[in-house]
Amino acid sequence: MFRTVAQLVEQAETNNIPLSDVMIQQEMEIQNKTREEIYEQMERNLTVMEEAIEKSLEGVTSVTGLTGGDAVLVQQYMENHEPLSGHVLLDAVSKAMGTNEVNAAMGIICATPTAGSAGCVPGTLFAVKERLKPTRDDMIRYLFTAGAFGFVVANNAFISGAAGGCQAEVGSAGAMASAAIVEMAGGTPKQSAEAFAITLKNMLGLVCDPVAGLVEVPCVKRNAAGSSLAIVSADLALAGVKSRIPCD
Amino acid sequence: MKFNSVFDIIGPVMVGPSSSHTAGAARIGKVARTLFGKEPKWAKIYLYESFAKTYKGHGTDFALVGGLMNYDTDHPLMSESLKTAKDKGMTVEFIEDSAKVTHPNTVRIQIGDEQMSLELVGISIGGGKVEITELNGFALRLSGNHPALLILHNDRSGAIASVTKILARYEINIGHMEVNRKDVGQEALMVIEVDENIESHVLYELKNAKHIIQVTKIVS
Repeated sequence: MFRTVAQLVEQAETNNIPLSDVMIQQEMEIQNKTREEIYEQMERNLTVMEEAIEKSLEGVTSVTGLTGGDAVLVQQYMENHEPLSGHVLLDAVSKAMGTNEVNAAMGIICATPTAGSAGCVPGTLFAVKERLKPTRDDMIRYLFTAGAFGFVVANNAFISGAAGGCQAEVGSAGAMASAAIVEMAGGTPKQSAEAFAITLKNMLGLVCDPVAGLVEVPCVKRNAAGSSLAIVSADLALAGVKSRIPCD
Repeated sequence: MKFNSVFDIIGPVMVGPSSSHTAGAARIGKVARTLFGKEPKWAKIYLYESFAKTYKGHGTDFALVGGLMNYDTDHPLMSESLKTAKDKGMTVEFIEDSAKVTHPNTVRIQIGDEQMSLELVGISIGGGKVEITELNGFALRLSGNHPALLILHNDRSGAIASVTKILARYEINIGHMEVNRKDVGQEALMVIEVDENIESHVLYELKNAKHIIQVTKIVS
């Protein structure tokens, strides 16, 4: 079992396999299940993520009325304008916010790693998908890679805002997404770790102080920030930029 | 390790808005229900700190009650559970308790019917993951990750050996075990997490072992 990012990367390099495979193999051992069973279990999560994004594009409103509808606004803007931040990035932002709008409206989502930060991983996945054209198999791997990094955070620190602040939620989620994007784009395990470290260190110190104590404001837009940072960090790592502060 | 599986991180699939306050709450409710063995007729639910301050907006109330009715975290009727419980004749009371607790998301649940009652304390530690920290006055640490046995026994020499001998004979491996007693020579509780499910004939044998009062099985 890996406990640190260094161990995770080492296991991938030693066996010459992608990071997603390290996670898949560990899960097969823990649950005593076949690769197909584990894949199937993860594919169900992928489907829930896809459905949440689709639902958000119909326009949703939370019970309090504080959030909802922004994902649709951004999609409309992208149809009529050339976004300054670029299409992939803004698409990720829209889908991340959309997922969290559905969450705030008490819809069904997949926590990644938490409900409040559920937008970053699927938002980036379904935006990068348009560019990289992955197979369904690659998309499931994306979730295993993201999960591997989240697993390290959860066991060494926190993934709950109440315990570790928003850096534990959106910080972890954005960093997990960065690492997964790098693998999907063909980067090395080391580059995934660099991307993870770059995102995480840019999210350090982020407090969890939501309006009225609810998972809405600023959570929805924090997911916009987390997902955009995820893509930028992935690009930096793929360009060969290294983080001076390592993950662990 | 607090978190064992990648599906603790990517998951659970759940009704929003909060994995700690909604999904975790539903899971604590469901553990209470499983330990009780049937649907309770009444529930008194004490909420602490973050749970007490934000439970209405997060649906912690309906999630806990949904769990008591055996709902999973993604049950489509989760948000209507308070009404469903009322229609079924279950009386539910929520109490915001200002007592200090060690974890911000803590709940104490008392449930029962005409015959029996149960009391437990659960904490929601993030991402929908929960731990049970107290059961009927016994301190314990139960993750719900693995199948487990809760064995109420008399605090006498040989009580633990009588249980472990049976488990050893059936080649059942113990992953985690703890023992707590209320006082010397009084009732005590063994919590045993195992790797595989325990069959009913083994349970029967355990129930009849020396110094054993009650055996409850929890399927993960």
